[in-house]
Amino acid sequence: MKCSVSTLAAILCLVAAALLPTAAEAQITIPTPTITPPTVTVPSVQPPSVTMPSTQPSATQASTSASGYPYKLAPLPYDYSALEPYIDAETMKLHHDKHHQSYVDNLNKAIEKYPDLQKRSPEQLLRDLKQIPEDIRAAVRGNGGGHVNHTMFWEIMKPKGGGEPAGPIAAALRTNFGSFDAFKTQFNEAGTKRFGSGWVWLVSNPGGKLEIVSTANQDSPITDGKYPILGNDVWEHAYYLKYQNRRADYLGAWWNTLNWDEINRRFQKASTGL
Amino acid sequence: MAHTLPPLPYDENALAPYVSAQTLSFHYGKHHTGYLNNMNKAIAGTELESLSLVDLIRTVAKNVEQKTLFNNAAQVWNHTFYWNSMRPGGGGEPGGTLGELIKDSFGSYDEFKKQFITAGTTQFGSGYAWLVKDGEKLVVTKTPNAETPLTDESKVPLLNMDVWEHAYYLDYQNLRPDYENAFADNLINWEFAEKNLERVFAG
Repeated sequence: MKCSVSTLAAILCLVAAALLPTAAEAQITIPTPTITPPTVTVPSVQPPSVTMPSTQPSATQASTSASGYPYKLAPLPYDYSALEPYIDAETMKLHHDKHHQSYVDNLNKAIEKYPDLQKRSPEQLLRDLKQIPEDIRAAVRGNGGGHVNHTMFWEIMKPKGGGEPAGPIAAALRTNFGSFDAFKTQFNEAGTKRFGSGWVWLVSNPGGKLEIVSTANQDSPITDGKYPILGNDVWEHAYYLKYQNRRADYLGAWWNTLNWDEINRRFQKASTGL
Repeated sequence: MAHTLPPLPYDENALAPYVSAQTLSFHYGKHHTGYLNNMNKAIAGTELESLSLVDLIRTVAKNVEQKTLFNNAAQVWNHTFYWNSMRPGGGGEPGGTLGELIKDSFGSYDEFKKQFITAGTTQFGSGYAWLVKDGEKLVVTKTPNAETPLTDESKVPLLNMDVWEHAYYLDYQNLRPDYENAFADNLINWEFAEKNLERVFAG
C-alpha cells in the first residue's frame, strides 16, 4: 500500500488526538471519594486581598463568597523570605501557595455536595470527624487537617522569632517538662521518630495537661480532643529543598522562627476551654 | 551477619532528566543507606541476624512491637526493588507476555498507566504504587510508608514506584503527577517486571 505524506500526517494527527487527552486526563483525574493529596497541580489562585492579622483566630474560616466555596487560604502573614535562613523562600512559597492551597481546594471540593457542613469551621469538621459522611470522611480528615494544621503553622512562626519563651507558656513548659531545653529535646525526638509524613505537636489534653504527641499525615490532635498549642510539620516538603534527608537539622533550626506571642495566645485559648 | 546494599544498577546520572543524579545520590546514599544502618544496628547480636532480608521482613511484620525494625527492613527491600523497577531508556508500553497480561488485566496499557498513576497520586503522604500479580491477574495497589506486598504471600510484586516526597521533591517539588508520568513513560524497567513474573511461573 502506498502511504502518501499527507495520509501519514493524518494518521499521526489521529493518533495524537487519541493519546493526548488520555495523558492529560491521567494527571488530573482523581476519584472524589478518596483523599486527594497535596501534590496535585493547582492553578495559581490569587490570595484574598484582605490582610488577615496573624492573631486572627478564624483564619481558616471563610466568609461566604461569590464562588460558593466556604474555605479560603489566608495570605502568608510575612514575606516568603522572612524566615531565612532557617526556612528558605522557595520552600515557603511552594508550601503555602501550592501545598496549602491544594488542601483548601480539595476540602472545598469534598464538602461541595453537603451544604450543611459548609457552615462549619474546619476545626469543627475535624472535632466531629466521626459524624462526617463516610464517602468524604477521609478527604475531610486529610484536607481539613492540612488546612487547619498549616494555618496554625504559618501563624506560630514570624521573622526574627525564636529565643526563650516568655509569658505563661514559659512557666507551663517548665512545670510540665522540667525546662525549655528538656521540652525541645523531647519534641525534636518525637519529630525525628515520626516515620513517613506527619506532624509533631505540643498539645493541651482534655485534662489541661501539656504533652508532646505526633500524628501521621495531616491528622489533627483536634480529632483526639486535644488542642494544638504549637506544631512542626515534618512532611518532607517542609524541609527537603534546604535540608534533604537531615530532618533533625530542620527540627533544630525551626525553634529560631517561633512566634511566642501567638503561641501564648493559643495556650491561653486552650486554658480557657477553647 | 550484617546486610549490605547492592550497588545501584546504573550510574547516578543515568536516569536524568527524569530522576536527577542529585536525587539518586541522596536517595541511595542517605535514605536507603540510613534504613540499612538502622536495620543492621537493630538486629546485631540477635537471632534475627541470621535471617534473609525477606524472612526478616515477614517475621517482624507480625509483631507490632517491632514496627521500627519492620519499617527499616522493608524500606531496604522496597528501595532495592525500586532501583530495579527503573532503567535508562525504559517506560512505555511493554510487549511480550507482560504486554498481553496487562491487556488481559486492565483492558489496555493506557488503563494500566492511568490506574498506576492514580494509585501514586492518591497515596496520601508517603508510600508506593505497585504492579502486583494476584492469582492470574495483574493489579495495581498502593501502600503507605514502608508497607510492602511482600508480607502478603498471595501476591507477587512486579514493580514499584516510590512516592515518598524525597523520591521527587528536588526534581518536581509538589508536582507528583509529573514525576509519575515521567516514571511511566521513560523509566519503567519492564524486563525486571517480566523476570519477576517468570519467577512466579517457575514456582
